[in-house]
Amino acid sequence: MEVIRIQHILVYYLTNTVSMIKINNLNFGYSKHKPLFKNMNMQLSNGHIYGLLGKNGAGKSSLLKNLAGLVYAQSGTLDVMGFNPVKRQPALLEQICFIPEEFYLPSVKIDSYVKANAPFYKNFNHTYFSQLLKEFDIPASNKLVNMSYGQKKKFIIAFGLATQAKLVIMDEPTNGLDIPSKAQFRKIMASVLTDDRCIIISTHQVRDLDNLIDTVIMLDEHDVALKASVDEITQKLTFKKVKELDESIIYAEASLSGYNAVMPNYHNEDSKLDMELLFNAILAEKIKFKPLFN
Amino acid sequence: MEFRDNKAIYLQIADYVCEHILLGKWKAEEKVPSVRELAVEMEVNPNTVMRTYELLQNKNIINNKRGIGFFVDESAIENVKGYRKVQFIDDELPVVFRNIYLLNIGFDELKAKYETFVKENFNV
Repeated sequence: MEVIRIQHILVYYLTNTVSMIKINNLNFGYSKHKPLFKNMNMQLSNGHIYGLLGKNGAGKSSLLKNLAGLVYAQSGTLDVMGFNPVKRQPALLEQICFIPEEFYLPSVKIDSYVKANAPFYKNFNHTYFSQLLKEFDIPASNKLVNMSYGQKKKFIIAFGLATQAKLVIMDEPTNGLDIPSKAQFRKIMASVLTDDRCIIISTHQVRDLDNLIDTVIMLDEHDVALKASVDEITQKLTFKKVKELDESIIYAEASLSGYNAVMPNYHNEDSKLDMELLFNAILAEKIKFKPLFN
Repeated sequence: MEFRDNKAIYLQIADYVCEHILLGKWKAEEKVPSVRELAVEMEVNPNTVMRTYELLQNKNIINNKRGIGFFVDESAIENVKGYRKVQFIDDELPVVFRNIYLLNIGFDELKAKYETFVKENFNV
């Protein structure tokens, strides 16, 4: 009965555009006196690449770990594809690909690693895995411990994506990747976004990924400071270079040829979102942005 | 592809597609790359390419044959020219005009430069 119920839940979540993740009144902290999230609420759907931004210590990695059942919240509810991740049920875990920022790999060759770990994921695709290794330029006969940090990172990304999991969580995936690998990574991510997948990427290197992200989530001061699609942001705000400052400008940074500025999009302009500028703007002028995105 | 700073990515991709059609690389009634193929090539989110294709469909530059994919419209070249002309006059010409005015460049000089440019680049 349990298996049938779980299958029903999965079929439902994999075939409909629904909130794949529901976070309700989440309270989380590593100690009782220092809460990291206070009554956090958020919903995430399939078919998107979410970019998770925030200052150091804002809780990006902790939020990702909550979703994967790696840490426990003090109160509130978490629903990931109909499951509570805290219970760590195999039916959910085989649908989660989690690429942490720091990781450990055993002293074995690639094929032994795959032999030992791939069986946990019933949709693991060996052909696709070999193809990804090739694209990332990693020799399949390598021993994991003898590889560089960047190569190891590419290996776990390849393994994670080959699991064909529906929820892909990546914490700083481009850290340690060389320049050609970053381009390769972007191509691979563009190809893996399907309607039934939800991809969440935390990053400080927004320039590596800004054209891949379609929805920005920014954490600040124990909560979600912004969650909006790139289309919504550029519909409401204009990002442009200006020669002089005036009062319509919400936030600006000096540049070589004037200022890079953010202002309300009065004239329905189609500008390119400058994610770094938006990030700094929200940190500096949180109150001014709040009424625009509610 | 190297994206510029100030223009929305979906519009820059639209320019890329239009350029291919104008240069005859993608011909009328031929299939254009799928949303995913173009997203991978451009290293962008497929939803962005989808937005580009929706725009180009509205301008009758490409059309969607359900279940098969997107195709270059039979009157695409004409429609691209119309679309690009409006864009050029609205967005790019004011910048050019500003420089012509500030640098005091005469129309005769411009005309000569323009003719040399066309000769050198398009062999007409």
